[in-house]
Amino acid sequence: MGLDKVNVKIVNILDADYAQLQKISNDGLLSLNLAEMQTIKKYFADIGRNPTDVELETLAQTWSEHCVHKTFKGLVEYKEYNRQEERIEIIDNLLKTYLMKATQEIDKDWCLSVFADNAGVIVFDDDYGIAFKVETHNHPSAIEPYGGSETGIGGVIRDTLGVGLGAKPILNTDVFCFGPHDLPYEKLPKGTLHPRRVFKGVVAGVRDYGNRMGIPTANGAILFDKRYVGNPLVYCGNVGLIPRDKVKKRVKPGDLIVMIGGRVGRDGIHGATFASIELAEDSEETSSGAVQIGNAITEKRMVDTLLQARDRNLYDAITDCGAGGLSSAVGEMGEKTGAKVHLERVPLKYAGLAPWEIWLSEAQERMVLSVPSEKIDDLLEVFENEDVEATIIGEFTDNKRLHILYDGVTVADMKMEFVHDGLPNITKKAVWHKSQYKEPDFDDPDDLTKYLKDILASPNVASKEWVIRQYDHEVQGGSVLKPLQGVENDGPGDACITRPLLHSKRGVVISNGINPKYGDIDTYHMAASAIDEALRNAVAVGGRLEHTAILDNFSWGNPDKPDRMADLVRAIKACYDTAVAYETPFISGKDSLYNEFSNSSTGETISIPPTLLISAISVIPDISKAISMDAKTPGDAIYIIGKTYNEMGGSHYYHVRGYIGNSVPVVRPKRGKDTMTRLSDAISLGLVKACHDCSEGGIGVATAEMAFAGGYGMKLNLSHVPVSHDFTRNDIILFSESNSRFIVEISPEKCGEFEKSMQGTVFAHIGQVTDNKKFEIHNGEDMVISSNIESLKEVWQKTFKW
Amino acid sequence: MKKVKVIALRTAGTNCDYETAHAFKTAGAEVDLVHINQLIRGEKELSAYYIMAIPGGFSYGDDIAAGKILANELKYRLRKPLENFVADGKLVIGICNGFQVMVKAGLLPGFEGISDVQETTLYSNDSGKFECRWVYMKHQANSNGKCVFTREIKDIIYLPIAHAEGKFTTAGEDILDKLEANGQVVFKYVDAEGNKADYPWNPNGSDRNIAGICDSTGRIFGLMPHPERYLTRYNHPRWTREDLPEEGDGLAIFRNAVNYAREKL
Repeated sequence: MGLDKVNVKIVNILDADYAQLQKISNDGLLSLNLAEMQTIKKYFADIGRNPTDVELETLAQTWSEHCVHKTFKGLVEYKEYNRQEERIEIIDNLLKTYLMKATQEIDKDWCLSVFADNAGVIVFDDDYGIAFKVETHNHPSAIEPYGGSETGIGGVIRDTLGVGLGAKPILNTDVFCFGPHDLPYEKLPKGTLHPRRVFKGVVAGVRDYGNRMGIPTANGAILFDKRYVGNPLVYCGNVGLIPRDKVKKRVKPGDLIVMIGGRVGRDGIHGATFASIELAEDSEETSSGAVQIGNAITEKRMVDTLLQARDRNLYDAITDCGAGGLSSAVGEMGEKTGAKVHLERVPLKYAGLAPWEIWLSEAQERMVLSVPSEKIDDLLEVFENEDVEATIIGEFTDNKRLHILYDGVTVADMKMEFVHDGLPNITKKAVWHKSQYKEPDFDDPDDLTKYLKDILASPNVASKEWVIRQYDHEVQGGSVLKPLQGVENDGPGDACITRPLLHSKRGVVISNGINPKYGDIDTYHMAASAIDEALRNAVAVGGRLEHTAILDNFSWGNPDKPDRMADLVRAIKACYDTAVAYETPFISGKDSLYNEFSNSSTGETISIPPTLLISAISVIPDISKAISMDAKTPGDAIYIIGKTYNEMGGSHYYHVRGYIGNSVPVVRPKRGKDTMTRLSDAISLGLVKACHDCSEGGIGVATAEMAFAGGYGMKLNLSHVPVSHDFTRNDIILFSESNSRFIVEISPEKCGEFEKSMQGTVFAHIGQVTDNKKFEIHNGEDMVISSNIESLKEVWQKTFKW
Repeated sequence: MKKVKVIALRTAGTNCDYETAHAFKTAGAEVDLVHINQLIRGEKELSAYYIMAIPGGFSYGDDIAAGKILANELKYRLRKPLENFVADGKLVIGICNGFQVMVKAGLLPGFEGISDVQETTLYSNDSGKFECRWVYMKHQANSNGKCVFTREIKDIIYLPIAHAEGKFTTAGEDILDKLEANGQVVFKYVDAEGNKADYPWNPNGSDRNIAGICDSTGRIFGLMPHPERYLTRYNHPRWTREDLPEEGDGLAIFRNAVNYAREKL
């Protein structure tokens, strides 16, 4: 075959025994397990030859956890031990059984594309849809925070750009989880970067890439936990606007394969497989080549020209080069047809790449198009006009084979069916034991002011203004509700709203929910609470459940370990239950597994806490009805909506006092849905002047933030708060994090109408906005909090005043 | 009514073109988004337009220095058409990156036409980082009537900035004095009450709090804040709590330009 002339090696697997097969996988960073290697051996034994390195690498990428999500699609044997009782369940395909099923059952006609494409798409108006995708870029960001987050945002932008025939990116969202920013250096495990350095690098990467792309970054969150030290999490999301007649794509046999954008280099080799293994002390040495190098302007040029080509209908299908590079882009697009690629035509950054490297490289800012030959000249001209490289690298065929050549020599030739469906089905074991933590035994303190301040200053709650102002959240001119709100433009908004079409009053609401602390107790309630939080954030600014979709992003530890796997199963079950109850469909999602770090000095492997990010997207017909969270007028009434339970497990109050507890907040979706729907009605009638959801820190933090964002004091009385009747403690009323609760501000003349519209739900008038700077909370006659908004705001701001 | 044609110049990294075009359209103009390659190749002619806008963004990534490469393209590849455009009494506005381009191309400060020597620049913010925040700017009385873009405008306007390199500075005090004496300083950063104030009111540490300047004819105007980002009350960061007019402060700048072009050209 002349393979040696084109720098391609034959890998001898036909003669390899089990140990050798595993060694081939390990040495080559292929992340293939033994069963998978045996399946590959059998395929090649049947056709009577050994695979080339190009073939083996293609299979490793395509079959990687990162690309194929085998944990979510495989079998699970789930065992549950709850108070000595044992229960066993076999689940075939978590994704279909729960997440996709929820969407099917909810069956909303405004869902235009779900789970099928690079992003989910819902209806925006008669002409346009809105696409939304959130991705993770965890492992690269652990090794190289700046490059990792830059290419994370660059990658997710290409996901919406690659949905249907391409969406115009209109908004970015970012959620990060880091180790403690003040971790003492002596506690830093060998081979890891200090969390503060990771933090600053990640923020700088998102800033430089997002700002240069001209996409506003207007929503996000940052959380801290010591288990993220070796393995930080970087979630990057992008929202895009797409004409409704451009949501579908279809590759046609005979279409030319065109690669556009950046050139291919040796950066980002093995990114997909690297994402599918645990990190260790030597990851930087062994895997730094897996980190890609970003260039925002190359991507911006590509976006500008691609949208012109889209609007002139110059191609049939598109996808992005993400994990696995060309191998997964061409492989996915040609799955039903077949594809023939000439690798020597691919433009390189520099000479010397082996064919498998060209095929797998995740070098950034590239997309692959399927172009009818009669349109090719017009298409190439669009790109050439604005200095974007576009190259014909092959064609889609009808023989259902993946055929790759280099200088005329065949370097890979496999059935598409084997590449995509040859992966052996796996069974993962999952075993769940209910965890039990020490219950706190301290008394209800007389004065809770100190604890309110401790929670406000705690890194998860504290102001992130230092970060937010480094992102351009105004570009594109559609910003309606900004991340920072209030009299001094610095209060913490619940969600952002943007107008993608400047001549229209329709708006898009984006919010998120995430709280890994609850997962330490039970990931079922963590997941349910994350959905509830994302939805109440959207509702708080004027979104409505009836036109809200959600995205799931799981970042987990090693799913081969039964306890981690059980946590995952429970979270996914909650996703189904809660989404169906709220009738908010999942439209897209992603999982990032194997987020664990082996610490060589202690011999321990540290898993990240199970972390589920729920992102919500809602479309509102009239942005002028939106509201912000800041208190507006002295004399206005303050109400609590929703019931407060003794649910302190995983709360921030326990956290600042050194406890976890057990009574994790649960979601009561029937009541929650009713509450949110009524509140949306009241907001759309213009009855609500300000609304803030109760999350970390409960009523205490929500009211304090509303007061200092608005620049007015508040006087509240806890005796009016509707509570379950199993407790009387002030600290529980003030800091419980029960779900589906809101604080609202109502002007006195509208209280009657407001109460009427909320009839049948749990709510109470608990105090008012005052014309001074005092922030006072009583229970009956007893003083519980006595402070002023300046000092509360100061502690909230000083943690990250860098 | 005469159609006023506006060219919004694009290149790799331009990213405020859509909203800038929308602003001019709202003010009654017809707008073409034109890539600089189209001008260089002669597919489009600058002379077909009355107003040129250089929108914000990161032209060519702001590699080398903010706006430098696009400035050089204007200076060396489009010099003649640009000189003719200015000599014909037409209007140029540069916003943010566009302003950075204009000072580097010698269009501003424009004491006597396009200069080969760069006399002013926009340097890294004193805070050392990119910042996105809203700022108050006071219209400078002594430039009243001179700058075409601010012929009719409120005394104090509120607009967002979003930049890392926006500190206006000059080759010397004499240039600052000359700008002030000529009435070429159009806007200065102030606090909410209109008083001179430091960071964050002056968000980047600009000399004499200068936010925007025009050339000696008043027809070429550059500023760091983004008027195209405040066209309706719903852009204002406090629209949910303040009583505001429907129209945003930024629109007047585009309307003044379009009205002037309609009268004069």
